Amino acid sequence: MSTTLRDILDKLLGRQPASAKTARDRLQLVLAHDRSDLSPELLDQMRREIFEVVAKYVEIDLDEGEVSLETEDRMTALVANLPIKRSKAKKLSNGQASPPPPKQEASTLAAKEQETPPPTEEQKSAPPAEETE
Amino acid sequence: MAPTTRTILICSGKGGVGKTTLTANLGIALARLGVNTVVLDADFGLRNLDLLLGLENRIVYTAQEVLAENCRLDQALVKHKQEPNLSLLPAGNPRMLEWLKPEDMQRIATMLAEQFNYVLIDCPAGIEDGFKNAVAAAKEAIVITTPEVSAVRDADRVIGLLNTHGVKPIQLVLNRVRPKMMANQEMLAADDVTDILALPLLGLVLEDEQVIVSTNRGEPLTLSNSKTPAARAYSNIARRLQGEDIPLIDPAKEGLGLRDKMWRLMQTKIF
Repeated sequence: MSTTLRDILDKLLGRQPASAKTARDRLQLVLAHDRSDLSPELLDQMRREIFEVVAKYVEIDLDEGEVSLETEDRMTALVANLPIKRSKAKKLSNGQASPPPPKQEASTLAAKEQETPPPTEEQKSAPPAEETE
Repeated sequence: MAPTTRTILICSGKGGVGKTTLTANLGIALARLGVNTVVLDADFGLRNLDLLLGLENRIVYTAQEVLAENCRLDQALVKHKQEPNLSLLPAGNPRMLEWLKPEDMQRIATMLAEQFNYVLIDCPAGIEDGFKNAVAAAKEAIVITTPEVSAVRDADRVIGLLNTHGVKPIQLVLNRVRPKMMANQEMLAADDVTDILALPLLGLVLEDEQVIVSTNRGEPLTLSNSKTPAARAYSNIARRLQGEDIPLIDPAKEGLGLRDKMWRLMQTKIF
């Protein structure tokens, strides 16, 4: 996100930001849901089930975890961001296993945790959008 | 015979965003460029294309009689007096909706394609049967929307349906743009809308009171040599369809005074 003089002025004066940005943000959210045709209940159920599956393999921070729909170029992606507290793969075959890292982003998990079963927490139908709210 | 006929659906999802106005103005503008054009009113429930073109008193037969084979196609076509390159095929009676099928619209479009270079289909609002009938007849589409959340959302639904029907290319016309509001970031920018809908922008039409004046008279703006912003925009859309490379206007540069320029300075990204 970029900042303009106006943004600063709005903040200083405690004014509402320009409505075009609000319109854009609201549209992006509502279109992601429209396009996926998923009801909030179904999305919630899916979120819980994804958490359950992931929790089998790693200890995740449930409060910080987030599963959401993001959309870019008419492609909707399911983006999961599940911070990991600790890996549950205690018995590593070779002795030189490093202690599990304290907390890491789901997106970097695949590369770093090669000893654990393949993580399933990040599912995408499209390249992920960078920004998460 | 016109082997390279372009059959274009003009649709929006939401009502009242300017489908019929665009169809009428684009039809006249294309005719003025010398191409044989027909506009087909596919809004059988609430037809208005005849009114905007000033042809409401000259209708004898409609698409209904053509389909029922009660008249020949050329008997139903209403030729525009000032712009004889343009014809209208009027919508039939609303009761037709009870039996009209997508194949019927396809039949009409095929008949029209034999005689004209352009077939512009004025689509009804909504995404129900009327839309499905109209889309069946179309090869490509122009989606028209305004920079408002409801219109953009509905346009998105329509684009999804057009994609499933294999209609392409789909191009976007952004209507009722208010440059000052855009400059003040109180209206979705053109880039916002094209990014969200992921469509190329075919035209950008500024809000223009003259549109209302012209519909009052039943004389589309493109009929005269009017230089109002909307008239220029519609003519440019016609020329772009014809393959001319005409740059889009920059709404941020339209009619700005000193105060607006100050505003623009305020919008400049500083970090």
